[in-house]
Amino acid sequence: MDGMILSLILVVPLVGMGAILLLPDRGKLSAWIALLDSLLTFVCTLHLPAHFHTQQAGFQFEENLPWLSRPAIHFHVGVDGLSLWLVVLVGLLAPVGVVASWRAVQKNSKAFYALYLLQQTAMVGVFVSLDLMLYYGFWELSLIPIAVLTAMFGRNLGDGAAGKAALRFFLYTFLASAPLLVALLWLYARTGSFDYATLQAAVASGSLPGWQLGWVSVAFLIAFAVKVPVLGLHGWLPDLFSEAPVAIAMIAAGKLGLYSLIRFHVELFPAMAHRAAPWMIALATIGILYGAMLALVQKEFWKLLAYATIGSLSFCTLGIYGFTAAGMSGAVLQTVNEGVIGAALFLMFGVLYESARTSRMADFGGLAKQTPRLVTLFTIAGLALIGLPLLNGFVGEFLVLSGTFAGVSRSWAAIAALGVILSAAYMLGAIQKIFLADGQTNGHAGRVARDLTGMETVTVGVLAVLMLAIGVQPTVWTEAIESALQTVTHTMHAQGVSPVRMESGTVIASSMGGRQ
Amino acid sequence: MTPDLFRILPEVVLTLAGVLVMLADSSLPQQADRRPLGWLAALGVTAALGASLWQGSLPSGTAFYGSVQTDAFSTFFHVLICGIVLAAILLSIDALPEGQHHRGEYFALMVFGAVGMCLLTSAVELLVVFIALEISSISTYVLAGYRKDTAKGPESAMKYFLLGSFATAFLLYGIAMIFGATGTTKIPEIAALLPAARSHTLVLLAFALMMVGVLFKVSAAPFHVWTPDVYEGAPTPVVALMSTAPKVAAFALLVRLLYGAFPLLHALWMPLLWIVAVLSMTVGNLAALRQQNAKRMLAYSSIAHAGYLLAALAGSGTEPIAAIAFYTAAYAAMNVGIFGLMSLVAGTSERRSTIADYRGVLAESPLAGGLMLLFLISLIGIPFTGGFFAKFYSFSTAMQGGATWLALIGLLNSGIAAAYYLRFAMAVVQPKNGKTAPEGRWSVATVVAIFAAGGTTLALGIAPGWVLHMASTAAQSFSLLH
Repeated sequence: MDGMILSLILVVPLVGMGAILLLPDRGKLSAWIALLDSLLTFVCTLHLPAHFHTQQAGFQFEENLPWLSRPAIHFHVGVDGLSLWLVVLVGLLAPVGVVASWRAVQKNSKAFYALYLLQQTAMVGVFVSLDLMLYYGFWELSLIPIAVLTAMFGRNLGDGAAGKAALRFFLYTFLASAPLLVALLWLYARTGSFDYATLQAAVASGSLPGWQLGWVSVAFLIAFAVKVPVLGLHGWLPDLFSEAPVAIAMIAAGKLGLYSLIRFHVELFPAMAHRAAPWMIALATIGILYGAMLALVQKEFWKLLAYATIGSLSFCTLGIYGFTAAGMSGAVLQTVNEGVIGAALFLMFGVLYESARTSRMADFGGLAKQTPRLVTLFTIAGLALIGLPLLNGFVGEFLVLSGTFAGVSRSWAAIAALGVILSAAYMLGAIQKIFLADGQTNGHAGRVARDLTGMETVTVGVLAVLMLAIGVQPTVWTEAIESALQTVTHTMHAQGVSPVRMESGTVIASSMGGRQ
Repeated sequence: MTPDLFRILPEVVLTLAGVLVMLADSSLPQQADRRPLGWLAALGVTAALGASLWQGSLPSGTAFYGSVQTDAFSTFFHVLICGIVLAAILLSIDALPEGQHHRGEYFALMVFGAVGMCLLTSAVELLVVFIALEISSISTYVLAGYRKDTAKGPESAMKYFLLGSFATAFLLYGIAMIFGATGTTKIPEIAALLPAARSHTLVLLAFALMMVGVLFKVSAAPFHVWTPDVYEGAPTPVVALMSTAPKVAAFALLVRLLYGAFPLLHALWMPLLWIVAVLSMTVGNLAALRQQNAKRMLAYSSIAHAGYLLAALAGSGTEPIAAIAFYTAAYAAMNVGIFGLMSLVAGTSERRSTIADYRGVLAESPLAGGLMLLFLISLIGIPFTGGFFAKFYSFSTAMQGGATWLALIGLLNSGIAAAYYLRFAMAVVQPKNGKTAPEGRWSVATVVAIFAAGGTTLALGIAPGWVLHMASTAAQSFSLLH
């Protein structure tokens, strides 16, 4: 079972997709198949943490089959502590997305759910691939459903905004991944392998020409930074959040890019990543403030969520590039948190949006009495996003901040902490505007709003329980992550890479320092 | 000893099939349904396909005093060309306007065109090359102007004819000069006699002229200007044919010339073709970005693809030949597929012409829309489709030859290309207000052709091993020359 569980997780959504494509598009049939199939996938992903050995170093549940002989591409998949929870997260969010689309998607549901399930396979594939070409394949494949579904089922189809958002998302990521492919081909030309471990050893051995390797690592970094997105490369995100259907928007940002940054930038090129770290730390810290401040002034909730996401993803980036153990495990945990919280908020506001067709927060106002379930769960998710103790957001942010404070720089940590305060301001402001403002409902938006249905309540309820569970018992979750990161930090120390110190507080100075 | 006739068996079969179609056409009453002629032509091409496969089992060798050579290379391209022509015929059976005469002629011309293209890939004597090229070109000139009721049809044929004849004249002039310089027109002998050539200038001139002719046929920049006009005016099933099969044949000829006749000039032609490759992909893509007409856009995209193909030539050894062979197969599958579907959803009257016209295809016909999406994704070069591995092999070959920059330019170019393919894809998937019924209908012939193209596109993306193996074997035909 352990030997083929990952294949199973990859294949089950494809089987569902095939079933949806073959069966007629009648009523809710496609949606039911997608729901059952994604629940089945979720159950399969639960096999991983249940049988995961935290004490064991390296990859588990590995499968390695030759796919092509020339070039040597293998179907090589495996999971370690780093990807473990991310795979489970993809599994968990799959049925959530189906529930979120349950009412919103009425026409062409066959196409929607078929592509939606394809997206599941692509995302799991990204997390488990240990052959870089296979990884690249899934990485590119994951663009298609997001772009197509946004163009097909986006919010503003009439004026073409949805199409533009989809195009922008695709081009940002696709253009950035062109140098990535060149870099992969370069590595292959030098080493004759796409295998992760082989390449890691080759890079560590120092046998590859240095300056070219530097460019290769930059190509990797840029491709992933666009996908996260890191500040400056985030142009696609606000549009996509405003236009994409809920189920797509909640999976588009964050985890794929962040995971790739750790696995294929920090772990694969520790020395180069260390050199890039001061810049990344600076970008991340500014990104936290930028995201929070822009979120503060948004009138539309989708935009607010977009900038809030940029802020919280910047937290993750900060944790990764501090090169401290606490920061990194905080970053991984925060990636999972962001997925859970984001999904809950997306689903809940999606319910409001669907009936009101507006995302202006002021148009709602005083919904609290009308929608008791919604307001409760929304507040929990909002508080988790802010980072209230006992909820999951707190643990991730705390680990990142403490890692940065102790290991990197007090001043940068202090700036990042400002972001936490600002996040409380915008999130509480949003809750106030949507649910509490004075009992006055402006226009039709508030009046037509409905509360969560039973299925939606259960779904968000599960997410809320999870937020609490991670918040109360973080060690259960971080144990696996830390086991993986110990290997990472071990290899990094072996190569003389230590936490990034940014005492002077200036990026350039420490960047120069890092180069010596 | 294999009889000479066996070396041109597919061509013989095709010629007989073409003649048979013409005879049957004239013996049928005026008003009779001409569709069976299409099936007859398809049968003939299938037989030729079988003959080509059988040829592959023969030991490689030459015939007719060393003017025709069958080897793994010629077999690969024979099979590919017959496959394309077969698909194009099947696509045409139900796509041609009702009540139009000359239908029999149409199918016969397609088959005769195939004779020329097939011969082009096995000819190793330059005059046979020229004759083969003319056979294939003249058939395509006529086919391009098949829609006589529109102004664009004859324009398309006229432009193609004038420019095409001009290009073949260049080729012929080059042949004459190389004969003057070396005293032979046989490709292997040219390679052997080149060091002892009478005049180096004459050789270079001859080479340049021949390249002009061939690069015109593959529509590489700066010899590409004819492509968009010709594609726009020609009937869509014909575009499916002429954007693929003649180009595939011309690429085979290019490889024969470069690696068969002029391997000694390697250092010279390499930088020249780099320039053409970069120019083709950049010009093609930038121009395609601005197109509103779907056929014109795909015409420019085919120019860009010629550039990606040529990039492979930067590699060393026989690797580039394998990469080119693989690329042509993948390119043919996705282009036949997308044009086939365009012909299907636009109908015989070509109701849809601009990209915006294709809005709502997916809602009208999920199958057609979904398949269009597949071909467009493959044209972009997304993994798990044939288009990805085609680019992959081409650029990795270039990189192994040390041309990292060429691969980088190529992949950035494919990023630009994604913009216009996606614009098309977005139009296809976006719902349209006011439902219109699809005009084309899924007949047996169309289903077979389009599903074969789709299947091939997916197969080349998921299990490219077998085609790659065949392509490598084909490339080995040239290993002796190095």
